[in-house]
Amino acid sequence: MGETMTMAKALNAGLRRALEADPKVLLAGEDIGKLGGVFRITEHLQRDFGPERVVDSPLAESGIVGTSLGLALRGYRPVVEIQFDGFVYPAFDQIVSQVSRMRFRSMGRLSVPMVIRIPYGGSIGAIEHHSESPEAYFAHTPGLVVVTPGTPLDAYWMIQQAIASDDPVVFLEPKRRYHEKGEVDLTEPPLALDAARVVLQGGDATLFTYGPLVKTCVEAALAASAEGRSIEVVDLRSLSPLDDAAIRASVERTGRAIVVHEAVRTLGIGAEVAARIQEGCFYTLEAPVLRVAAYDMPYPPSKVESAYLPDLDRILDAVDRSLAY
Amino acid sequence: MTVTRSTSEAEPPDVVTPGGTRIQRGREFVQLLTPQGERVADDVFAFDHDDAVIAANLRHMVLGRRFDAEATALQRKGQLGLWPPALGQEAAQVGSGAAIAGLDEVFPSYREHSVALMRGIDPLDMLKTFRGTAMVDWDSRAHRFHLYSFVIGTQSLHAVGYAMGMQRDGLVGNPDQAGNGAVLAYFGDGATSQGDVSEALVFAASYQAPVVFFVQNNQWAISEPIEVQSRIPLYRRAIGFGISSVRVDGNDVLAVQAVTEWALDRARRGEGPTFIEAFTYRMGAHTTSDDPTKYRRREEEQQWKAKDPIARVRTYLLGRGAIDQAWLDALDAEAEALGVRIREGCTALPNPRLEDYWQHAYAGMPPALAEQRDAYLAYEAGFEQES
Repeated sequence: MGETMTMAKALNAGLRRALEADPKVLLAGEDIGKLGGVFRITEHLQRDFGPERVVDSPLAESGIVGTSLGLALRGYRPVVEIQFDGFVYPAFDQIVSQVSRMRFRSMGRLSVPMVIRIPYGGSIGAIEHHSESPEAYFAHTPGLVVVTPGTPLDAYWMIQQAIASDDPVVFLEPKRRYHEKGEVDLTEPPLALDAARVVLQGGDATLFTYGPLVKTCVEAALAASAEGRSIEVVDLRSLSPLDDAAIRASVERTGRAIVVHEAVRTLGIGAEVAARIQEGCFYTLEAPVLRVAAYDMPYPPSKVESAYLPDLDRILDAVDRSLAY
Repeated sequence: MTVTRSTSEAEPPDVVTPGGTRIQRGREFVQLLTPQGERVADDVFAFDHDDAVIAANLRHMVLGRRFDAEATALQRKGQLGLWPPALGQEAAQVGSGAAIAGLDEVFPSYREHSVALMRGIDPLDMLKTFRGTAMVDWDSRAHRFHLYSFVIGTQSLHAVGYAMGMQRDGLVGNPDQAGNGAVLAYFGDGATSQGDVSEALVFAASYQAPVVFFVQNNQWAISEPIEVQSRIPLYRRAIGFGISSVRVDGNDVLAVQAVTEWALDRARRGEGPTFIEAFTYRMGAHTTSDDPTKYRRREEEQQWKAKDPIARVRTYLLGRGAIDQAWLDALDAEAEALGVRIREGCTALPNPRLEDYWQHAYAGMPPALAEQRDAYLAYEAGFEQES
């Protein structure tokens, strides 16, 4: 049973289903009640589930995450919304020093089944602090699960799987894809939360990507196929943990790997994926692992963001360089 | 810029009552037992328990002080990596701890050793954290005493969130008091400067969470005097958040218990949060790593020593004939037995193995972490075979 919907709608439907399924699930965040969030992801949920379960929070990110930790200790499953990627840093200590390690520091006695939803990434013409890609900070922290859907289908199921997880999940939503439509099968989840997906099969090289650039990479692969090149696209979906088996399997098929993300290059997810590939697939590699990423500078004014972010041409250029080895 | 110490407490301290009325009081703080061991009346608060309860408090204070002294000595002997002494703060801790009832929950900072003992936590389990043989090794749910928190003020938000959960679970405002509960959140004067504490006060006020913020103002945040944190008495800060607040003599176990019972009762009844400033003094160092002689005057310590929280209770109960020397001797013997158990037990604590910790990072161990564990075990096994 399939239905066509936007990612925003899919997230809303997924949250609604989680609220229906478990009375311990509650949502908290700024403006998520009557307004439905600045991106309308929680639209009508407060109307339908009440202000005790869909909570408009004071404008304090550390407070939102810290109080949600307390609610989690009480047996609730809080899903918090950080309004924009660049506003998560006031909550950084609570996420990194408290939420992530409560299980560890309690010797396994406590768990924090919390989901931290963060709309992330650029290409929406926004002002400063509204286009960040902070995933590496969280993926670098043991105890956190970091995932990001690239399609409405994944958005619908991954948000429910994240809520069901007993580990805290940083759930990154590619906001530039919120209003793009896709087919959503509402009957059963297609994949486990920590599994990568081969979006497009190919034999010459693999593009590893996630979130906002899955679609861009598919477009690049299709453009390359017009020139007779067979490019595989793997949507990592889970950035921590990484699906090593899927990454290795793809590199073994193609022998060439290019990691593509919006976040800055240095010490980004691409660095970790590249390191794992050279450790695990050294004898299979036909070329060095390449990275296509944002440049190592703060996010620039939006009128130049298209030059700053990886796009189809920069991805194809990297494909050319890889195949030239 | 130099911060000067305020020399007077000239501004009349207030108590803000449940109805929001400010009552100007003629005295520095709520006090029911003077440093000389004399009962005094307060125009708002009364201690509604008999001498047996006071004697029980004395026992908890003496045992708490002994535990603290032993732990401090163990650190000096190299048996603990660190210890945060609570010497001088026994009345603030025991008085508030004695106010905890049935369903209440405690969110401590890292210095509430006497409260922990009252909640039934084994002192040897507490030492593990400071000896490095465990993370935090007590069952916080069973004891209703949550984990020590070492990033200053962070637990204030957890406390408020937990209280919001109790609200949702219907543990507030029931006609049957036995079905009600509240959260008692501890932090210190230094923590009041943390953003998390301000946010905790905002959330608690907005949602009228059943939480009592219990601030032990021990006058010093490591080397920084209270004036660096606040230019007004701390309890007055809460008024700006719309939270009822009161300052109590933190070295008077009767007053602390009376005030905390009042505040917890309000919270349980659904009347919202309260902020208590327990005015006390850290007689020892911040932790065993610091040296108070570098930043504070000996005379100040001597002045506070005259306000000792234990001596006044002993004087009072002896004067009343509620206890006698035999009772005190028995308590000394109990404290000595506790000391022996702590000294012997500390050095006997087993060292942990890294093997025990892999499983605690995640609910479901990621394959890459399992690979690292297996490689570690194989690597270690290689050494065992060689030897």
